[in-house]
Amino acid sequence: MTISLAPAPAPSRSPLQRASGGIRGTFTSPKYGPVLVTLILFVAVFVGGGIRYPGFFSGQVLLNLLVDNAYLIVLAVGMTFVILTGGIDLSVGAVVALSTMIAASLLQSGWPAAAVIPLILVATSALGLLVGLMVHHFKVQPFIATLAAMFLARGLCYIISQNSISITDPTFIALGVGRIPLGGGMSITPSVIIALVVVAVAVWVLHRTRFGRTVYALGGSEHSGMLMGLPVARTKVLVYVISGLCSGIAGVLFSLYTLSGYPLTAIGTELDAIAAVVIGGTLLAGGYGFVLGSVLGVLVLGIIQTIISFEGTLSSWWTKIFIGALLLVFIVLQRVLTARRR
Amino acid sequence: MNAALARFVSSRLFWPIVMLLVLFLINVVAFPGFFTITVRDGNLYGSLIDILRNGAPTLIIAVGMTLVIATRGIDLSVGAVCAISGAVACSILLGASDPAHPGTVAVAVLTAIAVGLVCGLWNGFLVSVFGIQPIIATLILMTAGRGIAMLITEGQILTVNSPPFKVLGAGFWFGIPVAVYLGVFVFVIAAVLTRRTALGMLIESVGINPEASRQAGVRARVLLFAVYTFCALCAAVAGLILTANTMAADANNTGLFIELDAILAVVIGGTSLAGGRYSLTGTLIGALVIQTLVTTVYTVGIPPIATMVFKAAVVTVVCLLQSPTTTEAFGSFRKRLALRSGKGVAAA
Repeated sequence: MTISLAPAPAPSRSPLQRASGGIRGTFTSPKYGPVLVTLILFVAVFVGGGIRYPGFFSGQVLLNLLVDNAYLIVLAVGMTFVILTGGIDLSVGAVVALSTMIAASLLQSGWPAAAVIPLILVATSALGLLVGLMVHHFKVQPFIATLAAMFLARGLCYIISQNSISITDPTFIALGVGRIPLGGGMSITPSVIIALVVVAVAVWVLHRTRFGRTVYALGGSEHSGMLMGLPVARTKVLVYVISGLCSGIAGVLFSLYTLSGYPLTAIGTELDAIAAVVIGGTLLAGGYGFVLGSVLGVLVLGIIQTIISFEGTLSSWWTKIFIGALLLVFIVLQRVLTARRR
Repeated sequence: MNAALARFVSSRLFWPIVMLLVLFLINVVAFPGFFTITVRDGNLYGSLIDILRNGAPTLIIAVGMTLVIATRGIDLSVGAVCAISGAVACSILLGASDPAHPGTVAVAVLTAIAVGLVCGLWNGFLVSVFGIQPIIATLILMTAGRGIAMLITEGQILTVNSPPFKVLGAGFWFGIPVAVYLGVFVFVIAAVLTRRTALGMLIESVGINPEASRQAGVRARVLLFAVYTFCALCAAVAGLILTANTMAADANNTGLFIELDAILAVVIGGTSLAGGRYSLTGTLIGALVIQTLVTTVYTVGIPPIATMVFKAAVVTVVCLLQSPTTTEAFGSFRKRLALRSGKGVAAA
């Protein structure tokens, strides 16, 4: 990520003052500040964990953050598009569960993986399209439209099956348990590659295409966008299609990770994705934010989980309290560090 | 008469009421005794009474949620607060020497409500002092709250035996369930406090434009504290009703997903999540729609696995009917009808 300093202030000040003013400007700018602070906090937590726990400070721990959260990264990417336009998508967790159910049940009845995966992506994109049409053409609030989609997806899971179905398809198993060595005893899974490709494509789309600019413009002011002749309708519907597509990809990655389909899986994942996006510095009102910030947000949630597993002895309720407390510390620090001094 | 009808049709409450009536109709067709209310031992029983009683917790939370949403906020932590208040009450009753003593029950209930107050102050603090986005600020308590409730119950489901406590959830008073009184009480308190004073208008102004209302001298910070605290208090009361109904505090399942039902009730009632104008009557109807929906699933005999799909369908239909696009389409349809019958322009 490149960080451009704020424009230099009046030339009468000394270079030192100018530099500190520039840095403070970067920290307090709504665009870069939160991302930068999240990055610093992430590094601080990682170093702190390395000092506290033996074996924490290794490349594989860092890579495992990607391995264990590949699906969440993809979800957060899709969520970033939606939140940038000022919307929200609550259906992603249920759509992930639905994807795992479709994958598991179709593979069980003998479909090839090459047919199942495209089918899932088409189905979840179609659901996203329906939500987008509801949001744009019927002016249903995104929170509610996606809540309905969440009920629908979760309900379809139950209709497919009420029990867990395991996946025995050789392609899925190969993709799921396969490891790509990186040298030095470190390795990643194919899922990580897929997730990183999704991130790269998303960054390109948001920053290098007309569509991406329109997404930011809609979040800034939908009305102005419309007056400027931007394709508001198309863009607004498309972000939900993208979120649906990303949920489908995430669902496939999740079924590779767990090698099963279960209707109750991924409950509350939508909130993880939203939290990741917000921790990554995207404003829920839309307009500001980066995909890479959201990736960083996922890594932060991941490292919180890692610390808990390194701590080892926490009971399940202390785990919940601890996650909440760490989330709080993160968000409050982010607020305090980026607060504009009046 | 005609004008009144037209005004009613164009009011925000028209479609929610129609939806409620349609659901009632479906129920009557599937189960002719739906509207029958029988008196047994001086208490009223019947499907309608069940809807009112089981809908009371959702209604109570939805009333609190309406005020939060009116300030352009949202409170995701209400389910967790339900679990905490239930856990506090049950653990006090279990620890007491005489759980059936009314004094003990009063202490348990008041402590639970006080804990709810603290939860609300916490949310209000995060939102108004730190300026954290409400959905994230309340997400913290949503995650940690169930952990706190489990900490109180030590991971167990606490079962208590205390007749005076049970009254809250399953008792009757003058033939009507106590839970219904509590629901009406909270609703009336909210309505009187916000609609008989300027409070409601101030809340709406904060929701419409926080910056403008600050410059106009509205103390947004105090108002935010107040609405989040009120919402958490409502959640604590609802948690007590839910717990008293089953006489068991289950940290994991008490009030699970009730935040979604409450938000849904508010939106079906015509309050926008974008803040500003709110309708408590709408919320009341919304909560009734949601509870009637649950009842319908049982009376019509929809298989439990399809419940979620059914709920999705109803929510979608209500939202589409309420949408401005649909209203416009209906408006032009009516105009064309009027034209055709010659009441409009004297066309050829």
